[in-house]
Amino acid sequence: MSQVLDSKIPEGALAEKWTKYKSSVALVNPANKRNLEIIVVGSGLAGSSAASTLAEMGYKVKVFCFQDSARRAHSIAAQGGINAAKNYQNDGDSVYRLFYDTIKGGDYRAREANVHRLAEVSGNIIDQSVASGVPFAREYGGLLSNRSFGGTQVQRTFYAAGQTGQQLLLGAYSSLQRQVGMGTVKMYARHEMLDIVNIDGKCRGIIARDLVTGKLERHFGHAVLLCTGGYGNVFYLSTNAMGSNVTAAWKAHKKGAFFGNPCFTQIHPTCIPVSGDHQSKLTLMSESLRNDGRIWTPKAKDDKRKGNEIPEEERDYYLERRYPAFGNLVPRDVASRAAKERCDAGYGVGTSKMAVYLDFSTNIKRYGTVEATKNNLTNADEATIIKLGKEVVKEKYGNLFDMYKQITDENPYEVPMRIYPAVHYTMGGLWVDYNLMTTVPGLYALGEANFSDHGANRLGASALMQGLADGYFVIPYTIGAYLSKEISVKAISTEHEAFVEAEQKAAEVLNTLMNIKGTKSVDHFHKRLGKIMWEQCGMARNAIGLKEAIAEIRALRAEFWKDVKIPGTLNEMNLELEKAGRVADFIELGELMCIDALNRNESCGGHFREEYQTEEGEANRDDVNYAYVAAWEHKGGDNTFELHKENLVYENIKIAARSYK
Amino acid sequence: MSEKTLNLTLKIWRQKNKETRGSFETYPISGISTDMSFLEMVDVLNEKLITDGKEPVAFDHDCREGICGMCSMYINGRPHGPKHGVTTCQLHMRSFKEGETIVIEPWRASAFPVLKDLVVDRSSFDRIMAAGGFISVNTGNAQDANSLPIGKDDADESFSSAACIGCGACVAACKNASAMLFVAAKVSQYALLPQGQPERSTRVLKMVAQMEQEGFGSCTNTGACEAECPKGISLSNIARLNREYISASASSK
Repeated sequence: MSQVLDSKIPEGALAEKWTKYKSSVALVNPANKRNLEIIVVGSGLAGSSAASTLAEMGYKVKVFCFQDSARRAHSIAAQGGINAAKNYQNDGDSVYRLFYDTIKGGDYRAREANVHRLAEVSGNIIDQSVASGVPFAREYGGLLSNRSFGGTQVQRTFYAAGQTGQQLLLGAYSSLQRQVGMGTVKMYARHEMLDIVNIDGKCRGIIARDLVTGKLERHFGHAVLLCTGGYGNVFYLSTNAMGSNVTAAWKAHKKGAFFGNPCFTQIHPTCIPVSGDHQSKLTLMSESLRNDGRIWTPKAKDDKRKGNEIPEEERDYYLERRYPAFGNLVPRDVASRAAKERCDAGYGVGTSKMAVYLDFSTNIKRYGTVEATKNNLTNADEATIIKLGKEVVKEKYGNLFDMYKQITDENPYEVPMRIYPAVHYTMGGLWVDYNLMTTVPGLYALGEANFSDHGANRLGASALMQGLADGYFVIPYTIGAYLSKEISVKAISTEHEAFVEAEQKAAEVLNTLMNIKGTKSVDHFHKRLGKIMWEQCGMARNAIGLKEAIAEIRALRAEFWKDVKIPGTLNEMNLELEKAGRVADFIELGELMCIDALNRNESCGGHFREEYQTEEGEANRDDVNYAYVAAWEHKGGDNTFELHKENLVYENIKIAARSYK
Repeated sequence: MSEKTLNLTLKIWRQKNKETRGSFETYPISGISTDMSFLEMVDVLNEKLITDGKEPVAFDHDCREGICGMCSMYINGRPHGPKHGVTTCQLHMRSFKEGETIVIEPWRASAFPVLKDLVVDRSSFDRIMAAGGFISVNTGNAQDANSLPIGKDDADESFSSAACIGCGACVAACKNASAMLFVAAKVSQYALLPQGQPERSTRVLKMVAQMEQEGFGSCTNTGACEAECPKGISLSNIARLNREYISASASSK
């Protein structure tokens, strides 16, 4: 481990670390909690759960979000579910298995102690959510229902139809609103954090912009929690919400918080393909569809026929061909790369040729035959069988099929779906220790904003788990380790020179942006950045491309600061100005992502370096040289960085290669 | 996919801020692909306005997949436009005809003041939630989730009510600008669950009191809210809200 990185993992056996830690961590007495102020930036699962829980404990809390209400945060869009080691299905699940699956799924690039703690508290999350009124799916006996997800052999995923993220967020939001009503949380919606304020080496507050009036505000806190989500929008097109951004994390990075594994990005294999230059975002089709859909491309290049007109023997079910053992259910990173390979080789479908088919016809017939048998229709004709089969598929996936039809105007019951991979989640984020504290004392990062739990590839249904674990059950304990030493610190006046200076700097940046008065819109630059990132730092990367990308991004940054055009004025609602600030930060982050990807001379999880692959084209991990977290320090100047390494020590799991053949 | 392009005339409400009076501006727009979403069409307009040195149209949006509830827009006299059961971000231009004039306004309700152009302030919904839209359980107090069986029918019905995305289309659709469907959905979600029982009476009284204080109108059962709700929240929730309210009022101490 680098000199400057102390992950503060407690001593003792893995399974006892968290229990012992909780019993020995310093506490803050209730009278002192009332005098301690905590700022929470972001109101998704991590932010809402942390804010409400800390307020319940007695701390004074302020919450900031850029949306018009805390309830809009992008956690709301998660579809599939949330994992928990409850073993309600009696199928052999345990805390250890969830821990093991998560480490393995992350391709052995996550920290053991954090992941084990995540698995330990996973069950409490379900209890807490049910108690706060989250209507999870249930069986007829009244007990909770589970389903399976990728990368596991047990059923441990809890869900609420295809809206699990929405229901969990509304649960946490309700608890948050309860505290707002009691006056223990002050809510600042339509506010964006533009900088952190450090005093004597500790984070003591933030500068925020009121997005309605345009005014800058100074806010003091004894501690600051960044719960600001991921940075997938660096690619312009992603499944993230339009407003999702890296600004809070990036500003913190530039003030001393190291950035961990920035190049670890998850590309989800089943999204609706891009339909044209107007496209503003991409829509996910749930992973569950791969249970019954078969993925293929035509065997002939540039086949002009419609999907349903291509006969069986002229179809290449390439996942089943390459990975006979797992077939269409290989993990996300593998499925995504295989789709890209086919399209790059000229076998893509649709007008753009950047798509593959996800076809339900085989299983429609299979289900139809089963239904016919059940209904004693011994001589059912093909039309009847297909009709019966479609009804079964509708029951299972009806809402997803409807969504597909709405967007593409094609009927997936009749023609195969066209899908293509899209940026979905970022495993990288601010480096944090076991306490979730960044390298800036008093500054924490929770949820997708930190790097800690998913290694190089996140398993499905684990993002919701991590957000709520961090907010409900981890930070309420670990923040005591820091705040117990801060009880004598009186609230610092926001007239302090550090606040004044930070506000001035933020104002200068905004002024500079407004005064460029160039010729091209913010979106113009964002799209160009996205194209560079997607082509050179997307599903497959190589040293030559990454070096080119770094040069291109640097040139783009220079051009942006000379030629961006932002209409309107400073002191009013100005959506273009908001976007400009975010894109400026994305451009700087994009460069760091490429630097990180270039540094990591191996392939692991979502990070695939073309130079490092096996003869069969699979990822070739290098555990001897790269079993570490790359934590980058911003050295100021012209976007320069220094690498620090946290070596990953596996004491409880034996590292092995992943194979799906 | 049958992509075509459309030439349209847009009449859009422009308003500088809360204090200023607004008015309609007319913008011709051409070459709009029928595959675009409605918001992407506005993106195209904004790009053009920026190029021409004009101010782009401010509008709320975020997830663009129909779940965050942030996008609004009153399109040709209907919240979220002409298609049933979708938000504006899920509305596609193939729902419009060549040469059509499309009128776009913000949500109209005194409890939703216009902040700029098509952006309104819906914080009144948050305040209604803060008044009672929760179950008072502190983190750490929960018992094992399966120690409390809940009948599937009740759980499913509760989920249907909980599907509300808080967009405010119900208020915008209502001639009285009533927030009854929004409040009813939350009251129903908890009234149907055992966890919601201890605060069942106080919750409905407090939420309704806050709703009235915010200046939302009364319900006259026209059903416009249900017809325009992008998530299909049923009018039966309002019937339940009325029952809950009467029962709570009768028994309140």
